[in-house]
Amino acid sequence: MNHKVLPVRTYVLIWAILICATFTTLGVAFIDLGPWNIVVALMIAFTKMSLVVLYFMHVKQTSTLTRLFVVAGFFFLGILIFLAMTDYGTRTWLPAGKMW
Amino acid sequence: MPQQVDSSTLGMWVFLLTEIMFFGGMFGAYTIYRVMYPGAFASTSKYMEPVLGGINTAVLICSSLTMALAVRYAQIGNRKLIRIFLILTMIFGVAFIGVKFSEYYLHWKEHLVPWMGFQYPEHPEFFRQAQILFCFYFFMTGFHALHMFVGLGLMTWLVIRNEKIRFNEEYYTPVEIIGLYWHFVDIVWIFLFPLLYLIGANK
Repeated sequence: MNHKVLPVRTYVLIWAILICATFTTLGVAFIDLGPWNIVVALMIAFTKMSLVVLYFMHVKQTSTLTRLFVVAGFFFLGILIFLAMTDYGTRTWLPAGKMW
Repeated sequence: MPQQVDSSTLGMWVFLLTEIMFFGGMFGAYTIYRVMYPGAFASTSKYMEPVLGGINTAVLICSSLTMALAVRYAQIGNRKLIRIFLILTMIFGVAFIGVKFSEYYLHWKEHLVPWMGFQYPEHPEFFRQAQILFCFYFFMTGFHALHMFVGLGLMTWLVIRNEKIRFNEEYYTPVEIIGLYWHFVDIVWIFLFPLLYLIGANK
């Protein structure tokens, strides 16, 4: 078959990293880093997501076409959030004039 | 055939992309309101249960491990271990939902459900804005819990199916596909936990 069976210790290792990362998230949240709190929290979350996607969801071993779809999904999610923020983030930059 | 496995995996990922956009819409709206009302959002954190949330995150990660192992044993056709790991996954899933609903009960007792007798006496200036966060909280965790129920239903079917037919290295697609779904639900929670529970924990 196309899937190579991963050894149990790979899964357990990924699990251990995910558990450690969870408690790091919880601990860091109570330290005041100002605006960096959310950056650290999201960086840990993205790392955890990558590990789950690559190893638990077998994207590391899957076909190139599936990988392309996975990347496309996150790319479109990025467009959704990025373009929404460019709108809401810049609404106050220009004086509110008459539209017509 | 490898081609069949590839196409069912691809099909499941296409479904998961629609799920990413479904939750993504809520994450996007959350981001906009969090940027608009940072003070009100941070003020809600002391009503959340970060330790319960952290334990639940760990429970869900354990369920992802047991699901991944169930898929692994389906790949080598070990019926007994498929059964054990699927049932373990379901036990972790039920534990997660139990903790989640006891949190809902605590919020209900503290009058934190929007519109239904919502009270916010410590920060009356945030009375309306905090309700926006609690709307996001209940909708996002609620839809997540709904996905958990669907996953538990699918796994019940898998456990029964596992007794009737033999999953092996030639055919384990249903286990693989339901595993993908379960890991996706886990990923959603990985983001929900810091975004909803830990907004203003540092203050």
